[in-house]
Order: sequence, then C-alpha cells, then structure tokens
Amino acid sequence: MTSFLTARRLRGVITGSAVAALVLTTAACGGTTRDDEDASSGDSGSSASADPNAEIPEGLAIAFLPKQLNNPYFAVADGGGEKAVGELKGDYSEVGPSEASASSQVSYINTLTQQGADVIVTSANDPNAICSALDQARAGGAKVVTFDSDTDPECRDAFINQATADGIAQTQIDLMAEQIGGSGKVAILSATANATNQNAWIEIMKSYAAEKYPQMQIVSTVYGDDEDEKSFQETQGLLQSTPDLKGIISPTTVGIAAAARYLSGSEYKGKVALTGLGTPNQMRDFVKDGTVTAFALWNPADLGYLAAYAGAALSAGQITGAEGETFTAGDLGEYTIGKDGEIVLGDPTVFKADNIDDFDF
Amino acid sequence: MAVDTSSAPVAGNATPPPARAPRGFTLPSGSVISTFLVLFLVIASFSVDGFASTRNLGFLLLDVVVIALIALPLTLIVVTGEIDLSVASMVGLSSAVMGKLWFAGLSLQLIIVLCLVLGAVLGAFNGLLVTWLGLPSLAVTIGTLALYRGLAFVVLGDQAVADFPRSWTTWAISSLGNSGIPNAVLPLLVLVAVTAVLLHATPIGRALYAMGNSEDAARFSGIDVARMKFWLFVASGVVSALGGVFWTLRYGSARADNATGLELQVIAAILLGGVSIFGGSGGLLGVMAGALLLASVRNALQLVNVPSDVLNIVTGALLIVAVVAPQVVARLKTHRPPARRSAGAQKGNP
Repeated sequence: MTSFLTARRLRGVITGSAVAALVLTTAACGGTTRDDEDASSGDSGSSASADPNAEIPEGLAIAFLPKQLNNPYFAVADGGGEKAVGELKGDYSEVGPSEASASSQVSYINTLTQQGADVIVTSANDPNAICSALDQARAGGAKVVTFDSDTDPECRDAFINQATADGIAQTQIDLMAEQIGGSGKVAILSATANATNQNAWIEIMKSYAAEKYPQMQIVSTVYGDDEDEKSFQETQGLLQSTPDLKGIISPTTVGIAAAARYLSGSEYKGKVALTGLGTPNQMRDFVKDGTVTAFALWNPADLGYLAAYAGAALSAGQITGAEGETFTAGDLGEYTIGKDGEIVLGDPTVFKADNIDDFDF
Repeated sequence: MAVDTSSAPVAGNATPPPARAPRGFTLPSGSVISTFLVLFLVIASFSVDGFASTRNLGFLLLDVVVIALIALPLTLIVVTGEIDLSVASMVGLSSAVMGKLWFAGLSLQLIIVLCLVLGAVLGAFNGLLVTWLGLPSLAVTIGTLALYRGLAFVVLGDQAVADFPRSWTTWAISSLGNSGIPNAVLPLLVLVAVTAVLLHATPIGRALYAMGNSEDAARFSGIDVARMKFWLFVASGVVSALGGVFWTLRYGSARADNATGLELQVIAAILLGGVSIFGGSGGLLGVMAGALLLASVRNALQLVNVPSDVLNIVTGALLIVAVVAPQVVARLKTHRPPARRSAGAQKGNP
C-alpha cells in the first residue's frame, strides 16, 4: 500500500489536514455565522451520568470514517485505531469516500447508521455538512468521536485534538533554541500569508521566544505558499538576504522539506539549523545526512488510537463527554476531557536520528 | 415514446446507425433499465441487510433528488445532441451566492429568487455562446464548468456559511410522515411529470428529437433550433440553481466546492437511462430509472461494506455496459448483407 504513496502527495495531505484541523481548533468554528448568536450547547447531548467503572464490552462495532480513503495520513491514523480496537476486542472497520468533499461523507454515515455501528470515529470534511447525518446516527445509538478536524461540537460526543496551538509553537521554538544555543538570528518559512494556523502559531512563537530566549531574534517571515518550488526559492533568498542567519523554522510540511533539500545541497548544510513540522518519511534522508537535527509533528497513529479508546469509553458509559471526566486509553495512559468535549493528544512528537526509523508515515 | 421512432427517418441519412437506439426495438425507451432497476431492488431487498427499510429509503432518495432534478433539463439538452457540463458548477455557484447573501442578511425567500435568476443568467450565457457564436456546447460548458466554479470561490473563498434556519434545513432532510420519502420528492415528481409531458407529448418534444437526429432537417422543417437550444440552457441553469439551494439546505452548509463532480453522476444517469449521447433518442422514464439504479447500487454495496474504490469500478463498469450494449446490438443488426440491411432499415420506418 505505502508504495503508492509518494512523498509529494503525503506532504500536501499532511499540510492540508494540519491546516484544516487547526482552522477548526484554533478558530473554534469553521463556519461563518451571520449573527453572533450564541448557540450555547451546555449539555452535549447525553443526560446520563458517567460511570467510570463501567466495563468496555467486547465486540463493539467501531467504524473509522476518514476525510477520504487512500490518504496516507489517515491510513496511519486509522491504523492506530485498528490497533486500539484489537486491544478492546472490538469489531473494526474503515469506510469512506474516495474524494474529500464536504458532502461525500454523509452517505457513509447513513450506511453506518443503518448498520447499527456502536462508535463512529470521523474526521470532518466540513464542520456542518455532516451534522444532520451524525445526529441521526446518534439518535440510532451510536457514539460519535471526531479527530483531526472537528464538527460543530453539538454534533459529536468528543473531539480528539492532536495538539494545542501553544504546544505546537513552543515545541518548535524550543527545538530551534536547543540547536543554535539559544541565540542568533532566526527566520520563519511559512505556508501562505493568510494561513490561519501558521499565523496563529507564528504569533505564539514570537511572544514565546521573546520571553524565553531573549537572545534569539526572529528577523523575518517569508511565505513559500506551500509550494515546493517557491519554498525552495524563498529559502535560497533568506540565506542570501541574511548572511548571519543561524536557523530556519518552517511550520509546514511542504516548507520544511523544500528548505531541507536546498540546505542539503548548499554550503550552509550543517551550519544553518532547520526545524519545524515535517513527516518522518519525507525528512528521513535529511536527518541521516546531517542537514536536520530534530523536527516535530504529532503522531497520527496515536491520534487514531486515542480516538478509538475514547469512543469505546463513551459507548460503555465510562464517560459522557462532559468536562473533567477521565478515562484510560491503553498504552497512552489517562486522559481528561476538556471544555466542549475536547481531548488533547499531547505535545507533538519530536523526531531525531535515533527514533526516526520507528515511524513510517 | 413513439416519438423517437417517428423522428428516426430524418436521422437516417445524417447520423451513423450505431449512434441511435436499435431499430425495430419496440419496447418504450427506458423499459429495459426500469426492469433492471426493479430486479435489483427486489434482489437487494432480500439479500442486503438493512436495504429495505424506510430509513434507508430516505437516505437513498435524498442522494438521488438533486441528481434527478438536474437530469430533467439535461436530458432534453442531450436529446438535442448538445451537453451541459457546467451544471455542478452552477450548483456550487448558486450555493456560494446563497451563503453570501444569507450572511449579508437577506431573507431566504428573496435569496432563493435571486439564486434562480442567477441560474437563468448563467444558463443564458451558456446558451448564447452555443447558439449565437455557434460554438460546440461541449467546449463552451467545459469552459463555464471551470469559470462558474472559479466564481463560486471568488464569492465565498474557502469559507462555509452554515447557520441557515433550522426549520428550513430540517425540512430538507425530513420525510413525508413516516414514509421515509423525503419532502423534496413531491415537488421533484411534479417537475418530472411536467418535463415528461413536454418531451413525450408535445410538438416541442418532437422538435427536440428532430434536432437531435438532424439539425439541418429540423431547421428546414421550420423549427427555430437556436431559440429552443437557448431556452434549454436557461432551464438547465435555473434548475441547477434550484439544486444548489436544495443542496445547501440539505447539508446545512453553503460552500464553493459543493457538488463538485456531480455533473458526471447526472450524465451517468442519463446515459444509463438509455439516452444517446449523440442525441435523438431516449426518454425520461429511463433516465429516472438510471438515476435510481446508480444510487441503489451504491447504497446496497456500501451496506455490504464494499470499499469506495471498488464501488467506483462497479458503477463505471455498469455505465460502460449500458452505453456499449445498444451499440453492440446495433452492430449485430448491421452485420447482415448490405442489400438486406438497407431494405430492412426502410421497412423499419413507419
């Protein structure tokens, strides 16, 4: 299967889903609302109280519905889910459309409703378009967990958030500070100038760096528009315009790969540090040849794993999705539900030479 | 349904024989595919768990409504030998405009009227390029497929407008009583009836078949070909815009990328329904059966957990069989000796 998945495609996919996910998580709402009417959803559906000691029954039908099938990011995430369902002795299935359009997921949700699935774990192509279908599924007894890209909180029981904006931004600054000794000029190679997530992270990066590493200066931000070629040229431009540049942070998987390719073939290899958000498969060569020391990303397999456990806990009644409830997610340990039924996976995973071969995505 | 045979002699000289429904085939057009549909429904009801239930019927019909709706004017267009590939983009643009206007604070009633007017304008633009400039509709509507979709993104970007009134969005997904039949099916049936009468029982319908068989002959017999085509494209625009309004309410989300690729599903239903892509033959009954059959096959296969890739392969294969089968039949008929063939062809004509 993985042989079909080119690095190029994966890059687009990961950035795409990262962008989509964080538009939702940071902006809290993907849809524009006409008035600011506060559709407060105090109780998120179930009125039943949680029983933390409830047993998770065997044979739960847990279905994964990614944004689209044959998408390497979701293949890895769903793989994590399959592992969890195996541990729970449940009945795992993966269904989904072959194209990631807003409405294409609806008929799959309808099918799962009709089949009587116990848990639907999904990543929404549109925060609202699948809502009425999910409502029908929940009316039919299914528990709905979203991951990666949330729906309107009213339409699901819990949302697995891969990482908070703070966690993503701070991890990258810490990695850079570690590599350049906490002082010197640093530039940012971002996606597009109006990319919501990247801009949010860059804001946090700047304030966090100013506070924690006053010797480290973020001198400029350039935009590679998530295009390989443009990112490559922007990297080249940065190194020419700022000769004493110590490091580049690229919070986008397309950017970091293009920058690494430029650095590895230039005189700056090993002299200018590079970090950011990337996938192990696209960065493996650059870590091994010394261009890159460390970079970060959340682990999609853990995301799916946690989502499956959350779904099972919901179905068994261990949790109801209310703030403050806790449950145990297998190897990942204990999690607490936050506001609006949100469960944060944790800080991003840092990939280095000594662990990168443990990951394949 | 008698119409296509009566207009057949006109075509005799202008279009190659395999392009049309085989001669001497006296069943009304669409009855083959309707039989297939009934057979499939019966088999699926007995062999697929959960297929025959009111809830599933509702799911299935909701998926068909917009496809069947847009197929109505498009069938007429295909019968005349033209095509409109921009229908799904008009759905998307109408959806985007609907979202934008709702965001701007207009009432839904007014927005729907404006969307329909917009659809008429978009359709008229297609129609003018095809009739005034005499450009091939395939080229024109490939262009407007991209153009209208692009405009939709200009209007709404990658935003989604989602706070439409609950009463409207609920109407769009609810069914008539406990029947499982979605509310929208009633108005759709009215439109189907109107279109069927227009195509199969009026001089206009006969003129459309005549145009599809031989445009020159139709023109010489006094049919205003350009004017008819123009209004067909306008109708296609208006109906697509209506589809966009319904789509938006059904999913409760106005987006520029709504209904991307839907044109292929509509055309698939039309071809599966036995309408010749070269024009001049086919009927509305077959198209409706084709739309239902495609949706039922998808629905049933999903219920037995067939992956979406395989599903695409199955529907693709189904379509090819539907298009190829009449051609093969026609070829077999023409494999007779030349002398007998022309005699036979003449005899077949009323």
